[in-house]
Amino acid sequence: MHILLRDNPGEQMLLLGNEAIARGALEAGVAFAAAYPGTPSSEIALQFFQISRETDLYFEYSANEKVSLEMAAGAAMCGLKAMATMKHVGVNVAADALMTLAYTGIKGALVVVAADDPFMFSSQNEQDTRWYGKLSGLPILEPSTVDEAREMTVKAFELSEMLELPVILRTTTRINHASGMVTLGPLGKRTIQGHFEKKPMDYVCIPAVSRRLHPRLLYKINRSAALSDQSSLNRIEGSGKWGIVCNGVSYGYVSDALNELDMTDRFRVLRVGFSHPFPENRVRQFLDGCDTVLVAEEGEPYMEEAVRNCAQRCGMMLPIHGKGDALFSKLYEFDPLMVKTVIASCFDIHFSPPVPIPVDTLPQVPARPPNLCPGCPHRATYVAIREVFGDEAIYPTDIGCYTLGLLPPLHMGDFLIAMGAGIGSAGGFSRATGRKVVAFIGDSTFFHSGLSPLASAVYNNHDFMVVVLDNGTTGMTGHQPHPGVDLTHLNMDRTPVSIESAVKGLGVKKVITVNPFKYRKTVEAVRELSRFHGVSVLIAKAGCPLYEKTLPGYRKKHAFQVNAAKCRSHKDCVGKIACPAFFVSEGMVKIDTDRCTGCTVCVQICPENAILPVSRKEVRQ
Amino acid sequence: MKTTRIMIVAVGGQGNILAARVLGEAAAASGIPFRMSEFHGMAQRGGVVESMVLLGEGKGYCIADGEADVLLGFEPSETIRAAKKCSSSSVIITSTSQLPPFTVAMGQDRYPDVQQALKSMAGHVSNLITLDATSLALQAGSAQAANMVMLGALAGSMILPIELKTFRNMIRTKTKPQFTEVNLIAFDLGTFAVNFSSTQ
Repeated sequence: MHILLRDNPGEQMLLLGNEAIARGALEAGVAFAAAYPGTPSSEIALQFFQISRETDLYFEYSANEKVSLEMAAGAAMCGLKAMATMKHVGVNVAADALMTLAYTGIKGALVVVAADDPFMFSSQNEQDTRWYGKLSGLPILEPSTVDEAREMTVKAFELSEMLELPVILRTTTRINHASGMVTLGPLGKRTIQGHFEKKPMDYVCIPAVSRRLHPRLLYKINRSAALSDQSSLNRIEGSGKWGIVCNGVSYGYVSDALNELDMTDRFRVLRVGFSHPFPENRVRQFLDGCDTVLVAEEGEPYMEEAVRNCAQRCGMMLPIHGKGDALFSKLYEFDPLMVKTVIASCFDIHFSPPVPIPVDTLPQVPARPPNLCPGCPHRATYVAIREVFGDEAIYPTDIGCYTLGLLPPLHMGDFLIAMGAGIGSAGGFSRATGRKVVAFIGDSTFFHSGLSPLASAVYNNHDFMVVVLDNGTTGMTGHQPHPGVDLTHLNMDRTPVSIESAVKGLGVKKVITVNPFKYRKTVEAVRELSRFHGVSVLIAKAGCPLYEKTLPGYRKKHAFQVNAAKCRSHKDCVGKIACPAFFVSEGMVKIDTDRCTGCTVCVQICPENAILPVSRKEVRQ
Repeated sequence: MKTTRIMIVAVGGQGNILAARVLGEAAAASGIPFRMSEFHGMAQRGGVVESMVLLGEGKGYCIADGEADVLLGFEPSETIRAAKKCSSSSVIITSTSQLPPFTVAMGQDRYPDVQQALKSMAGHVSNLITLDATSLALQAGSAQAANMVMLGALAGSMILPIELKTFRNMIRTKTKPQFTEVNLIAFDLGTFAVNFSSTQ
């Protein structure tokens, strides 16, 4: 049995923040969940995926975040308790649906997890999702601890059910990927059979309907503002004259700092856990005894502006600090010392920070950038493309493991902004420069956001090549399935969609599918496509080596090694491929046979044919 | 108890997240509040993996520069990279078995002079303990058990108010049954190593 299914209320369990959120959803009685994976949210979906295999919980990996939200919305319209989980930038994808879903509202309950990533540990930007509260009108809850992540998920479902509105549970990486003891509540009962009552004049957002729905949303926002004011999630601690307003992980840093500075009696702290609608009356009550206020929040000055608005409305003139020089930054993650230092300087408290040991005399440590794995088919494809186009072509790329093609010696990646934007931007590069353009996209990203820009490019007669790097899984986030992936080995019935058929169906006239580990054939295919005028597609299809290891019937292929007698040190293998299984010892290239997957790309480009399989005899030894 | 902050650094695949979890479970079993956070940016693809474990009362999940009471390094160059987390009162426990980054393996970059660097760091912290975790893990039966050697070294250093038997119980219940025996031997070798190692 999955550990999150233990129905033992009161039991304490060590959980990851994301596991705590999944547990909270189960306690709330979630019956329907959908997600597109994305760091730092992915482990929530993983729990649902596993649990759906042993219970009647419905879970699916949807093609993208918008589909996952719409799917969950459909179920919620029928009275089910539903959840959609995504990373912060996924909310942008889902936003079109989310904005108007706020108008229709939902029956049942719907919680949307939006996982922000301050510092961009694994993201292309560090946008602050809290603005979506204002944009959509939807309530936002923000946990400060792992245990609270569970508790607030339960509350988010209750709130959603009460207001008949989707509720956003907003986290940051330091909550998603933190672990702590969680006290389990009772598991909720799942209702899996829904009922839909037709009410087109409430649910079909034509202008006449929406004009009635918008005031209804405003009414609900007022109701939720009252709830936010009364909520125990927005709580005041202490009664000093100095005020600090904080949320999420910054609450932990503030609380620890005041204890360590031995200053708890001088301060009052407002922890905001229900951050949209902002608890104006609670804030007024808080400001009423304060001389000075500091707002401690990662990201944008969302609360700072709200607190200022509130003070202005109440005619209060006290100084309110937040973002600014010598104060907090909008950039990156906070840390405990930074928060303590800002508190000390803002309130003029003496404090001697810990002094790190001197590190300038220590040697430079070489970086460990992530790299495409040994045997990664993307590397093979990139080497073949580089052989044909070198630096001549412009390479818009996309989001996934293959973004690592950016690194030397591959240098494959000239522009990266968003899922699907490789194909989307390619036509712009090509029209504006007349240069050859090769756009990269992974298989999962293709289904996520690649179809519409491809159709658009075909229709508008663009001239560029698309390379679909099809490794048969969503590699970067931990091998989640996508609409092209068969799951028969898990006894799960799916209907995989063929990328080649999809591409042809969208009207692409020139499509070649290759196995990128067949190096010469791949180079020939790229040359052939390069002569074509119009939109052409190369599908480079070979499995992710990490994923293949998990499949039934996996057998490790023969490893290869460099034959020292034959090697003339051209170093083409190192210079062009740079597989992490290579190493240089005494000036000669060698292969770590434990790491070599036997993909043979280096074997095929070695001008001396000096890379040979490790013989059976040697394997035995 | 006063908050004790343990910074664990390793290379992807060295198993520091499991070690941190066992440490957390052992703390919980000893009635010590704890919390931790982990960072594994593309660990499977050769990156650095960090765990921050905080024992004692408190709410934050993060360790700032100069705040670590213990720096537990599974790889010596990663220990050097994380040196700024330490202050003069810190204890460093580090493995000396090297895992050079790819750029070094390719001869494009240089691996630091670890001996020299550790010696220099030792002069600035309260104690620096070295052990060859990979060799000890191999003695225990598997190079993969280096994480349990390092956990043993931390436990054996007696910095934490957690009994060795509590750690052993957690290794029995929280690590995979097929590895339990090797893990326990590795853990014990780590505890011996730290008690008999030459502290620099």
